[in-house]
Amino acid sequence: MCDVLWGVLLTKPAEAILVPKMMMLVLALAGTVAFAIRAGAAPTVTDFTLKNGLEVVVIPDHRAPVVTHMIWYKVGAADETPGKSGLAHFLEHLMFKGTEKNPGDTFSQDVAEIGGQENAFTSSDYTGFFQRVPREHLKEMMAFEADRMTGLVLTDDVVRPELNVVLEEQNMRVANNPVARLGEQMDAALYLNHPYGRPVIGWRHEIEQLDRNDALAFYRRFYTPNNAIVVVAGDVTADEVKADAEETYGKVAPRAEIGPRNRPKEPVQEAPRTVTLADSRIEQPSVQRNYLVPSETTAKPGESEALDVLAHVLGSGANSRLYRTLVVDKGLALNAGATYSGTALDYGKLGVYGVPKPGVTLHEVEDGIDAVLADVIARGIPADELDRAKNRLIADAVYAQDNQATLARWYGAAIACGETVDMVRAWPDQIRAVTAAAVQEAARQWLDRRRSVTGYLVKSLQPEEKRT
Amino acid sequence: MKAIVQAIVQAVAPALWGPRAMVAIMMPFLALAGSSAPALATTIERVVSPGGIEAWLVHEPAVPLIAVDFVFAGGAAQDPPDKAGTASLVAALLDEGAGDLDSKAFHDRLERKAIELAFQAERDNVRGSLRTLVENRDEAFDYLRLALTVPRFDPADVEINRAQILSVLRRATTSPTDIASQRWWETAFAGHPYGRPVNGTLESMPNITIDDLKTYTHRVLARDNLKIAIVGDIDAETVKTMLDRVFGALPGKPELTPIAAASPQGLGRRIVVSLDVPQTVVEFGGAGIARKDPDFMAAYIVNHILGGGSLSSRLYQEVREKRGLVYSVYDSLLWLNHTAVFIGTTATRADRTGETLDLIEKEIHRFADNGPTADEFAKAKAYLNASFALNLDTSSKVASLLVQLQLDDLGIDYIARRPAMIDAVTLDDAKRVAKRLFDGGLLVTVVGKGLAATSTTAN
Repeated sequence: MCDVLWGVLLTKPAEAILVPKMMMLVLALAGTVAFAIRAGAAPTVTDFTLKNGLEVVVIPDHRAPVVTHMIWYKVGAADETPGKSGLAHFLEHLMFKGTEKNPGDTFSQDVAEIGGQENAFTSSDYTGFFQRVPREHLKEMMAFEADRMTGLVLTDDVVRPELNVVLEEQNMRVANNPVARLGEQMDAALYLNHPYGRPVIGWRHEIEQLDRNDALAFYRRFYTPNNAIVVVAGDVTADEVKADAEETYGKVAPRAEIGPRNRPKEPVQEAPRTVTLADSRIEQPSVQRNYLVPSETTAKPGESEALDVLAHVLGSGANSRLYRTLVVDKGLALNAGATYSGTALDYGKLGVYGVPKPGVTLHEVEDGIDAVLADVIARGIPADELDRAKNRLIADAVYAQDNQATLARWYGAAIACGETVDMVRAWPDQIRAVTAAAVQEAARQWLDRRRSVTGYLVKSLQPEEKRT
Repeated sequence: MKAIVQAIVQAVAPALWGPRAMVAIMMPFLALAGSSAPALATTIERVVSPGGIEAWLVHEPAVPLIAVDFVFAGGAAQDPPDKAGTASLVAALLDEGAGDLDSKAFHDRLERKAIELAFQAERDNVRGSLRTLVENRDEAFDYLRLALTVPRFDPADVEINRAQILSVLRRATTSPTDIASQRWWETAFAGHPYGRPVNGTLESMPNITIDDLKTYTHRVLARDNLKIAIVGDIDAETVKTMLDRVFGALPGKPELTPIAAASPQGLGRRIVVSLDVPQTVVEFGGAGIARKDPDFMAAYIVNHILGGGSLSSRLYQEVREKRGLVYSVYDSLLWLNHTAVFIGTTATRADRTGETLDLIEKEIHRFADNGPTADEFAKAKAYLNASFALNLDTSSKVASLLVQLQLDDLGIDYIARRPAMIDAVTLDDAKRVAKRLFDGGLLVTVVGKGLAATSTTAN
């Protein structure tokens, strides 16, 4: 779960993005790629909590004189009142409309003048805002962010155009995009009772009805220091961050009681579901299946790490079982793979997908996927394959240390989803501890079709493609 | 590699990397047109191997990684005219086995050591990147050498990769963003290699033979058209040895077909393509300014003010903030070896497409006539100076920057010189260059439904 909508601002990249070619056909996967990078044990991560309940995490990286400053509110689309879908994300946009103390776009103007970048994001479980700025401006950013934690001013003059902006965002991300539309339908089918079944951006007919009062009520209920985490990564020390945080965020009084985050739980799932989305624009069919599995937060010890290894063995890279079998050996598919999205408060999602070659049916590809899964369930994986996967996953943790923003995102998301700094720090060791037996057990227990939805993306509902 | 990037965008838009990937499209270079990075300026070393191969190095031992970025000038512009997509297919195959290692063995070796190797074709370049943990350094360099010098192009791998690109091309035929972009480029550069899609076409891709791939590789992957950047826990002496070992066996001179200089055609046209989608996608652009032009820095500043992707740009304020017509609107300068353009994109609801297009054109004209205000100008200069440090906080970003500085022939001291270059631009320069840049007319492509009324060109 935890699809993340990145941002109030769609802007240019700061760098070239080299695209591994394996990615080019990951088309069946709306929303399942979130947090593909797993960060590692950064050397000296510090965390502390201010008197008002605000948690602060500091990740030093002294290679360049810049900082990434993020605030994460422990509220997301799954916390919305039914009927108000899209509200968490809409409020994320409205947070850029100014406060009494810093009206209009004062904050954004300041970020621009100091050469900073900013954006925001929303998932089912959290809402975040960040600035990347030269290090000497950190306290200034904290002061601005502390101010808009409680000082937001909204008028209909700014709220109404922004609602149209969000509707265009929905058009761009979802309405124009059959892959995303299928993803929404699959989530709605996967979760029988839990609000993860609602799109983070909201259902269009409900977005259209959102207004200023909805946003302010949501804001007052959830935006309070005792419901937030500040993550600072970059050229700073824990001591200076602590001093700055106390002088800025520390002055904000808690304004709401925050109870436990209890969402409706899933009942026993007994029936495999299938969803077919047909669109005349589809030139490349695909099949994807998502299984309801534990998240890092809800899993038993070692279980989510076994799912990490399982997903890697099944479907990450050219030598993964799904790619090797379906694409290379059997020649049924153009691409095939698997992902585990484990950073979530309540449920994780394990996805497998395949993209048929011309002339091959979705049935044949799906049968091929099922055969690969059945083999892992029946026979497990050999030690050599286990080691290869574990080494690769652990190395990702080292690679993540190259990027302060990546580390900040990883710690922030994990903690916002109920994990701790220690859990994040221990992740490479936990991966190292995964056994072949644990991977096989994870496959046996969680690759259970009764707890899954299978989605088909097709051009039309003609009999050949229709799946019933 | 636009089509491929966009294919990804379609796939992952709602997830983590959506918005950034979305616009990676063809402007990987923007970041460095403006900059001021004191810390790094003194630490770039120019390293030349005994064999005469040059690389720029930043020795950064803080993280146990090495990032190597390299570029061969040539790219899709060097595809044979009837075999568009050759460079893309080569790039797709360079990590599919080399020497005695077939595709499976090669991928296996890379994965065991967590070595990341990627190649990508662009209009002007074939770009590569290697990432390795320090402990696997020598092995990683060996695999890179094999990939560059003895790629296998085994028939089975060629067919898999060809089929994957064909699938991307098929999907592009009904993707509004792909159609808008492709129509823009094929109109602006009709008859020129830049008018051909980097990934080729459904007609050209099946015609590319293994001999074509080998010929292209031999022609383009050479030492004289190669730029290299290395960042990480590796010193200059080690780099010298590595350069000869990895790149020394490549041919000295590439065999490049001369490419004519070109200016975008069709300015003033609005091309409409009918497609049944809820949201209309628009691509707009015009003639740009060459990287070597004395007005380039002024152009960079004024483009930042008009549509450079910040919350304060004119287009963002007028089209999105005040009227809520779009989620995204921005434009960028793009400089290629044989042309320069500015190009922008947006998307809006079908029933307000005409209004949005008219507004964008009006704002561009207004900006061409009046230029920026003194306040906008001062703020843009401050931003472009101060923001450069954000390009330098990861090894990958620094490697990418160092390659681009070499491609643009800006000199190893460019980062130190840059603030003064920005400061030297005057408001009068800015107004003059705004006129020069934005007064030449727009080529606009529009893809959506119910658009006949907005068209000035039947299609």
